[in-house]
Amino acid sequence: MGTSVLDKGPEAGVPEVRRLKGRGTPLRERLFQLSLWVSLSVGVVFLGCLLVYIVVEAWPRLDSRIWSNFPDIIDPSQAGAQSAIMGTIWVIGFTALYCLPVGVLTAIYLEEYADPERWWNRAIEINIQNLAAVPSIVYGILGLGIISRGLGFGQTVLTASLTLSLLVLPTVIIAAREAIRAVPPSIREASLALGATQWQTIWRQVLPAAVPGMATGSILALSRAIGEAAPLLLLGGLTFITFNPSGPDSAFTVLPIQIFNWISQSRAEFTSLAAAAIVILMVILLVMNSLAIWLRNHYSRRW
Amino acid sequence: MTSAGIRRRRAVAGSPGFLKRSQPRYGEKAIKVLLVAASLVSVLTTVGIVIALIPPAADFFGKVSFGDFITGTDWSPLFKPPHFGVLPLVSGTLMVTLIALLVAVPLGLGAAVYLSEYARPRVRAFFKPILEVLAGIPTVVYGFFALQAVTPLLQDIWPGGEGPEVFNALSAGFVMGIMIIPTIASLSEDAMTAVPNDLRDGAFALGSSRMQVATRVVFPAALSGIVAAIVLGVSRAIGETMIVAIAAGGRPNLSFDPLEGMQTMTAFIAAAGIGDLPTGSIGYQTIFAVGALLFVMTLVMNLVSIRLVRRFREVYE
Repeated sequence: MGTSVLDKGPEAGVPEVRRLKGRGTPLRERLFQLSLWVSLSVGVVFLGCLLVYIVVEAWPRLDSRIWSNFPDIIDPSQAGAQSAIMGTIWVIGFTALYCLPVGVLTAIYLEEYADPERWWNRAIEINIQNLAAVPSIVYGILGLGIISRGLGFGQTVLTASLTLSLLVLPTVIIAAREAIRAVPPSIREASLALGATQWQTIWRQVLPAAVPGMATGSILALSRAIGEAAPLLLLGGLTFITFNPSGPDSAFTVLPIQIFNWISQSRAEFTSLAAAAIVILMVILLVMNSLAIWLRNHYSRRW
Repeated sequence: MTSAGIRRRRAVAGSPGFLKRSQPRYGEKAIKVLLVAASLVSVLTTVGIVIALIPPAADFFGKVSFGDFITGTDWSPLFKPPHFGVLPLVSGTLMVTLIALLVAVPLGLGAAVYLSEYARPRVRAFFKPILEVLAGIPTVVYGFFALQAVTPLLQDIWPGGEGPEVFNALSAGFVMGIMIIPTIASLSEDAMTAVPNDLRDGAFALGSSRMQVATRVVFPAALSGIVAAIVLGVSRAIGETMIVAIAAGGRPNLSFDPLEGMQTMTAFIAAAGIGDLPTGSIGYQTIFAVGALLFVMTLVMNLVSIRLVRRFREVYE
């Protein structure tokens, strides 16, 4: 396109064309392209610096102590993050249990049943879009005011995972809707034409085809929940916890909160401890993201 | 079939009872009820947020006048005597947001123009996921990096004077800006990719350069989508908590010097929520008053952004 066409044209040897080619990329054009390139690179370079900095900071503490020991406020050299790692697993497990079924069912309703002309369906849709952009600390207020103190669930794994599942529910719904929408109508029509009911069509044709897309989106949503700290600050996650959770009614801490806790300590040993916990957190996220990408590539189907 | 036949068939098809099932399928009905119930969870979430915010905030405004709250310049709700002027928190929030936007808007738009107008498919396939990684990094990690790496670096290279304080709005805003780049880049790239190629080809045919096509044709055509992306970025910056709680400090400060520490609305909520405030105390209620203000601000921004996104989508589909 544009001037580059001239580079390869059959008249490339003609002096007239060569003159045009020279005029095609004046300094201003080149500077513009360079500035675009720089804006793209800043983010990438920043990412590289961040990763290198964290690994270098964490290096002295990057050994088995970080997952085999419990937090220790007196002796940072023996402190670890086991209760936070186990807490993260408990909280995210329950979060998935609550938000995935609700998210998928909502997506099925909106894609397969809801008439978009009706005002209530449009209201549900705008509501979900808006919830997706509500600040996470507001979900913390919801969890504190209603789930923890209003319903009396207290500062427990249950409260934390309910709050986080409401937080990532819009993301799960949006991802599941896109997966369902990608299944072509002809599949549904064929199934209905053979006499299947609407639910049989959805359950036996649409959902199996949409599962990889839904799984990809759900993993990305849950990896967002793993990194969330703000709402859990309000839900008592910052309490000093030196035991692993034993059930949904147990007190808890999670990795991002434990990291925040260590960052707030003034002693320098806690800085590398925080960095080491960040490495653990990032490795978990990296594994989940790779799984999502692998799922998308492995199961993506062209119709 | 004759036209009369068609008319008759239509009349029958429109009337009640045509092709009606002899047996209603109760299972199918039950499933639909279940699906509707699931989709009401998201509606109940919004209702829950409003219910969680309003009664404690109303209690708060029973004790503190709304005018004092919104115009007061001293925020020290947990001291004696307490002052409830929210302006220092609002100015801190706006300061950090402004710095974040000064970073994220030019870089995000630059990246978007490059990816949509210049990059070859392979380059694009390489850079897009990398940018998305920036959005997936936990914000507590960004806060750590801002406090431990960016602030010391700024203090080292600051020409003359003392440079930024240990807690300052500049590092928090800068790092937050980097975090928001993918939001702005991804949405505005979508908007620019949605501009039909006919417009580009027309401009190229008239002898425009690639830069002219990008800045004078594609950019204006995608403007509403780009504005929506920026509005969403603003709303994310206002709502972000961990970066400001870690790197901007915890001192409410009505100042416009980015080198000083300030407290934002979200950072105040987090700081007040960490202490185990007794339900019903005025300290507990301030969380909800500030939370309500934050919710209303982001709600307005989100609705504007949703409306703009819808408008640009309608144009080119």
